[in-house]
Amino acid sequence: MNSPPPRTLVSSAQLNQPRGKIVYRVVLTLVVVVFTLVFIGPLYFLFSDGLKSTTEAVQVPPTIIPAHVHLSTYGSAWSRVGLARLLVNTLYYAFGALFFQLIFDVAAAYSLSRLRPFGGRIIFALMLATLMIPSTVLLVPQYVTVADLPILHLNLIGSPEAIWLPSVANAFNIFLLKRFFDSIPADLLAAAAIDGASPLRTLRSVVLPISRPILGVVSIFALVAVWKDFLWPLLVEYGYSPSRETLNVGIFEAASTTPQNLVLAASAMAAVPTVIFFLVFQRNILAGLTAGSLKG
Amino acid sequence: MQTIATESVPVLAPLRARTGLGRKARRNVSAHGFLIGAVLCFVFFSWYPMCREVVMSFQKTQLGVTSWAGWANYKRIFHDPTFWTAWRNTLEFTVLALIIGYAVPFFVAILLNELRHAKGYLRCLVYLPVMLPPTSALLLFAYFYDPTYGLFNDILHTLHLPTSQWVQSPGTALPSMAMISVAIAATWMNMGGATLIYLAALQNIPGELYEAAELDGAGLVKKIRHITIPQTRLILSMLLMLQIVATMQMFVEAFILTNGGAGVNNNTVSVVNLIYQYAFALSGASNYNSASALGVVLMLVLAAFSGAYLWLTRDRGDLR
Repeated sequence: MNSPPPRTLVSSAQLNQPRGKIVYRVVLTLVVVVFTLVFIGPLYFLFSDGLKSTTEAVQVPPTIIPAHVHLSTYGSAWSRVGLARLLVNTLYYAFGALFFQLIFDVAAAYSLSRLRPFGGRIIFALMLATLMIPSTVLLVPQYVTVADLPILHLNLIGSPEAIWLPSVANAFNIFLLKRFFDSIPADLLAAAAIDGASPLRTLRSVVLPISRPILGVVSIFALVAVWKDFLWPLLVEYGYSPSRETLNVGIFEAASTTPQNLVLAASAMAAVPTVIFFLVFQRNILAGLTAGSLKG
Repeated sequence: MQTIATESVPVLAPLRARTGLGRKARRNVSAHGFLIGAVLCFVFFSWYPMCREVVMSFQKTQLGVTSWAGWANYKRIFHDPTFWTAWRNTLEFTVLALIIGYAVPFFVAILLNELRHAKGYLRCLVYLPVMLPPTSALLLFAYFYDPTYGLFNDILHTLHLPTSQWVQSPGTALPSMAMISVAIAATWMNMGGATLIYLAALQNIPGELYEAAELDGAGLVKKIRHITIPQTRLILSMLLMLQIVATMQMFVEAFILTNGGAGVNNNTVSVVNLIYQYAFALSGASNYNSASALGVVLMLVLAAFSGAYLWLTRDRGDLR
């Protein structure tokens, strides 16, 4: 990558002057130091304060470096908050939601994009309209509906489906997928059709293999959304024994009756999977962010 | 299903016009078969609840019997002093989040765009908090904000500055310290997304524009004002609308920072928090109908913002 940097606010010529070089060095150092302090600093406390003893964690003034390292805090936090259970629950909800979203949303986007059923345009418009009305506004009727599904008279409260199925009603997913499917060359699909491939076969053998980038973006959004959600799982998976809560809800519930150092150790452990996930998939995550919001 | 799926179906729209009526119908059945799963989820969990919210807001349930209530639920919530507190707090949070959380990412993005080094590192850094589970991030901030053993007061104390009660500040003056604390935590958690979207937009600005401006003798501030901001206007206005709609639904930040409460004197209660309280938290008096009425009010306000945004951007599109 030896190409010259793109022209920005300050020209390279200006930066190459002696004065420019000094100013640039100072600004760069300042930015790196300040940003590290602001964004990594709190994480340092998240992880290090879990190593303190219960009394040291609430000591005045607070210590920057733990005076005595208590690795056992992490162990007691793990068992006291029941993190194993919460982690399994959250993974189960997240991957279940991903599974249902991939099946139903991909099929729907493919149908709207390529099969173009009668009334498809209206259905797509109605789906997009839901983007204007965020789901927190519909908290109560959604809860009442999930507690007693119309016609079927099923109560989904406390079951994983209460998280999985509402996650499928995601217009943004369908919009992203449809836009990608729209861009697939028609010749490719015509070739499949001439070979006698059914829509399902075409989807499986032609469309899905070339849609990997967008499927990756949708998958990441799906997993992160379940992992970060708080209010909905608080309503539908709360108060069962053994616990059906997510990490977010479970740790929050435990926080008020648990010593501060254990709360922080539990919070730190809950953050580890997402931090690793981010470091592994950062390229896809950062690319997906702009793919979703910018046209062209 | 099986016979339909194995039927050879041209997937091309132009070919479709030439085929017979029977095949067309069968293809439609197949296409709807692909759609049905998602459509059912939208029906049950989105479209039906939307209608039901409006219906429920005009109903009352007494001893298991549901009947029409007219505007009673709306009258009740309008007479609840907490309703006005919740709206005041929510709007206060929206404005604070705009002042802190809207301008900061833009200038951070401009700054990052100028740097030739450590780009990937800084980009990851800014986005890292977005990936954290909100409970982890907010419990950590609650710990920092603690008036006795919190880190923030310790820093202020070391610098010989007056300390603060932070989220637990009792005051209800505008802007309240409690709400500023919530907005700071929310901005730390969420600014990464906006920053990276701005950054992408900045990279699309043609460099020649800056060169031309320099020939005209424009300085840094003038270049930002007359090139950077106009060139990213579309993204700026889009994110402005998205952020207003998102911040008006604030719940988790204040809820966790105040340990599931609503702050001292309700000074961090938000509209969504009040919906939650009406429906689920007020022991013995949980009332889905009042909560639905409040939901409808919030829905109308958010729709008004979205509508105003669409109208404004359409207007600008004509001018271009």
